[in-house]
Amino acid sequence: MAGGRGRGIGAFTFNIESLGLSRGNMPETRSGPQKLYPDVEFKPVPLKVGEDEDYMLALKQEMRGTMSRLPHHIKPQAAKGDVDRYKERYQKLALLNDQWTPDWQLFPKELMPQKKKLNVKAGAKQKPIKLSSKEKTDVLSKLDELEKNDDVKSDDEKEEKKTTEEGEEGEVEDEELDEELEEEENDYIASYFEDGDDFGADSDDNMDEATY
Amino acid sequence: MTAQEVRLCGLLLQEHFGDVVEKIGTHLLRSGAQNLRTIANETNTPLDLVKKSLCVLVQHGACEFGSGRRGPGSPVEYRADSERVLRILRYPRYIYTAKTLYGDTGELIVEEVLQRGHMTLSNTVKTVADRLTHNMEEGRNMEYSEVSSTFSKLVETHFLQRCPPVAEMGAAPPTTTPATHGAPASVAPPTAESNPDCYKLPPVKLIGCGKRRHSGDDTEDQRGGKKAKMDSESCGDEGIYWQVNFERFHQHFRDQAIISAVSSKLDQTSSEIVRTMLRMSEVTTTPSAAYTQPLSANEIFRSLPPNYSISRPILDQYLTLLVDDPMEFVGKSGDSGGGMYVVNLHRALANLARATLESVVQERFGSRSARIFRLLLRKRHLEQKQVEDFAMIPAKEAKDMLYTLLSENLVQLQEIPKTPDHAPSRTFYLYTVNQLPTARLLLQRCYKTVANLIERRLHETKENKRLLEKSQRIEAILASLQASEAEPEQLTEVEDMITAPERQQLEALRRHINKLDCAENQVDETVFLLESYIFSTRTK
Repeated sequence: MAGGRGRGIGAFTFNIESLGLSRGNMPETRSGPQKLYPDVEFKPVPLKVGEDEDYMLALKQEMRGTMSRLPHHIKPQAAKGDVDRYKERYQKLALLNDQWTPDWQLFPKELMPQKKKLNVKAGAKQKPIKLSSKEKTDVLSKLDELEKNDDVKSDDEKEEKKTTEEGEEGEVEDEELDEELEEEENDYIASYFEDGDDFGADSDDNMDEATY
Repeated sequence: MTAQEVRLCGLLLQEHFGDVVEKIGTHLLRSGAQNLRTIANETNTPLDLVKKSLCVLVQHGACEFGSGRRGPGSPVEYRADSERVLRILRYPRYIYTAKTLYGDTGELIVEEVLQRGHMTLSNTVKTVADRLTHNMEEGRNMEYSEVSSTFSKLVETHFLQRCPPVAEMGAAPPTTTPATHGAPASVAPPTAESNPDCYKLPPVKLIGCGKRRHSGDDTEDQRGGKKAKMDSESCGDEGIYWQVNFERFHQHFRDQAIISAVSSKLDQTSSEIVRTMLRMSEVTTTPSAAYTQPLSANEIFRSLPPNYSISRPILDQYLTLLVDDPMEFVGKSGDSGGGMYVVNLHRALANLARATLESVVQERFGSRSARIFRLLLRKRHLEQKQVEDFAMIPAKEAKDMLYTLLSENLVQLQEIPKTPDHAPSRTFYLYTVNQLPTARLLLQRCYKTVANLIERRLHETKENKRLLEKSQRIEAILASLQASEAEPEQLTEVEDMITAPERQQLEALRRHINKLDCAENQVDETVFLLESYIFSTRTK
């Protein structure tokens, strides 16, 4: 196939007239990808205005607001602030009232929350509290939780745990893992206080070894 | 499940159900059917949150569950339905339609059922009666019977339907499914229509009236709420859940679109005739039928609304006009009974979709490009030279426009070789437009548009979050002051806490958000038209 290279290096392989082009006026070549926001030659048509549209707009905005307040709207546990806020007590109460139980006839059985055996949990109140704190990895919030153990609100917390933190089987491993993690961090803090007297001595010893 | 669809579904799920449900939902949409453990592992979400999200999705019909691939013993698999999630965009239109057809009661019933996914009759009636009573003036209460009658009207006209019963799953053998089930045993989940009791109201008599809620009565309401729960248990319609029948609403929208097209193309009387024909065939035509049942001119004449008294020969003339119209809305299928006429539903949808495509090209590229586009739609395949001649546009400009359309993929190039070796110098290159693929392309662009609108609205809200929160707080303070009847000076003092430039900013923000919301609603109208057209071609 030497024909292409030999005569007519600038010739195209097809009849250029059939596409309507000619040697003189070739269309502009594009030198890169299209612009992200291409220029708009014609302004878009204005929106329809009218009673119907206004009503539907109001409906839409109302519905957005309502649906964000329904129990269907699952909010991930927000990170707790560093200070115990008074309003949280009332927000928890509101949360309790909104809990929604689906009709289990229509759902597969495995989606049912596993009911924790409350007798077992009555003794070990630490575990449910730690379960909630695993979602908030803030160290300060853990201190809050430990404080709240003795608080009256622990009843509310337990109920909240029952309804929100279920699926015991899947979480046993996570629980243990988290306890380890937490113990590590607790150890760090605990050792700081425990070794109060020996702290300086230990570091001196290390210093002695390090100097040459 | 295209990328644009998944993105839009994700945004809709996030706005209405929260971040957790959005994560699970988009994951299911992207990866198809999965079982519970896989979902939890792949999305790194705690198992209980996954369970709750799946409950929410199933409650709203956005997710189906069925026995796994390996047979009845394997774990349950969940599949998300993107079409159902996209319907959320259309909720305001459904509610507004219910309002125009059945008044405020109908509107509230449909709104409640949409917001909760599915509900029992008694629950709906109670909630709606309470809401209506709340809005009425003091001393008047809404009777349950009124709400029930509106509910039954909605069911009779098929706007509400029973939720499909759940197929037996797991270890239970298929023989235990009751005989009235009618669905194939454990192969496909039964649709709502396969249930013969789909539109049968339960024999429940609800007597009572809506309770008015007073602002200081929170504890009473809690007790009242508990009482209502106990009451509903004794109502006798547990397990019978009602959901909105979207197909019926879509049928209604389609009819409306056809009638308004006829009225804008011809005149009011013709649209009334078409409206009568469609109304008469509401119950006799299946939703996916290509034509309505044939109606004789005599029947049409008898069923015309009384305030449209046109004489019989005039009606015949109008019908002939409708049949001869190039849009082909009405067709003649026979001569008995004064002429048998049908409404061509699929052809009407195709014409409406075509008009949408042409209008899009016109608004984006100008009326001359639109002329070329229409030409190609009509004449199917044309060469470059023929395009210039037929469209009466100078060669250079025609070339430019064609290449622009080609680069946007609205026009395609078809090669027709003259010789078996496909030599380019001896090949015809013809420009062509295919309506169906172009409609699909435009539909995906519409999804992208709506997703962009939602993102922009979220961005605007986030940018001005501080200002919005401040104004909300001030409104709350004002409301509480007004309730406790403070003096006007205090009110003005509180109002002055928002400075004038902030007020302007707030005003501008509200205008922008309203505009974006309005635009979403209206793009959805185009989406509906294109979806109906594409769906109608699919079932043929």
